[in-house]
Amino acid sequence: MKTLKIFGLFVLILSLGAFTLTPDPMADGYKIGDVATDFSLKNIDGNMVSLSDYKDAKGFLVIFTCNTCPYAVAYEDRIIALDQQYKSKGVPVIAINPNNPNVQSGDSFEKMKKRAADKGFTFPYLLDEGQEIFPQYGATRTPHVYLLEKTAQGNVVKYIGAIDDNYQDASKVEDTFVENAVDAMLAGQEIEVKTTRAIGCTIKV
Amino acid sequence: MKNLLMLGMTSLILLCGCGEKKKQKSDEDTAEETQVAQNQSTSEEAVKFPIYDFESFEPILNKDGDKTYVINFWATWCKPCIAELPYFEKINAEQSDKVEVILVSLDMPSMWKSRLEPFVENKKLQSEVVILDDPKQNDWIPKVDEEWGGGIPATLIYNKNKRSFYERGFTYEELNTELNKFLN
Repeated sequence: MKTLKIFGLFVLILSLGAFTLTPDPMADGYKIGDVATDFSLKNIDGNMVSLSDYKDAKGFLVIFTCNTCPYAVAYEDRIIALDQQYKSKGVPVIAINPNNPNVQSGDSFEKMKKRAADKGFTFPYLLDEGQEIFPQYGATRTPHVYLLEKTAQGNVVKYIGAIDDNYQDASKVEDTFVENAVDAMLAGQEIEVKTTRAIGCTIKV
Repeated sequence: MKNLLMLGMTSLILLCGCGEKKKQKSDEDTAEETQVAQNQSTSEEAVKFPIYDFESFEPILNKDGDKTYVINFWATWCKPCIAELPYFEKINAEQSDKVEVILVSLDMPSMWKSRLEPFVENKKLQSEVVILDDPKQNDWIPKVDEEWGGGIPATLIYNKNKRSFYERGFTYEELNTELNKFLN
């Protein structure tokens, strides 16, 4: 009965369109342990970027983020810091803007270039053109982090959620969720907190 | 673009300011809501709405009156939230004898005076507006509902007998349909 209800809700959500609705993050997209899809998306420098381009990577921090969301803006400096901290250790940040620029003009490709230049992004900032990648991952909001570990089976999802536990003030952070997860992954240890939740901006479709 | 940058910088500055007031909040958690608001406000005037951390907010999720309570989580930066606000307003106006709507703003501190207050004023919102300001979202989101991933709009409807949570937006008809399950 519960399955039926959930299915009903799912159908309802689909039929009403994601415009007004946020899909249930528990029912959609990747779970911990799933193999994440690769992609070929256009970077702000005009080149196409895929995870498979990174021959020596041990994993990836795939972060769905954008120019316009106040939460995404609050985390920009911390995303740059994560890239600087972990790129050299084989876990680079790959940022993807999942928003439809026709709905959210502030997230156009041109404005992505501008934002990245202004902030000095050290990582690729890709546009999910056609919006086919974020639904596969199950991203529902920005910023939304997926930590992947490169294995023989593919890029396995190790952590899903927020960057840390205080969007307002980096100096008040008590739990650095993403750092803890990457550190544990690189040390070959079990990641303690594998999923976290946060308020974020819905992805504009 | 320049404006955007300015906004970004302003919010950063304001966000930095938040740290201090947080301390104040925990030091004086028995203080009057309005006093906290004064401390938190970046302008000299107090914010017009009560400001809660999750602990002080939680009783709003557990009122034991005879009404059905509709708790809507929203923010001025959330487009689909704005789209559905009129339906909550309509229900609040039409069924005020049986239903109480509370609009819980998740706007950031930097937006309280600059965006939230003007928005509520311009739209002439009649439902009660409160601010939930608690950055430890991973701790409190599951306490609202175990299934909530953190997306907004999100709405909790409850009364003495029944409780349902919706991480989705509503049309007026849908909201009424859900609400009627509580009223009949």
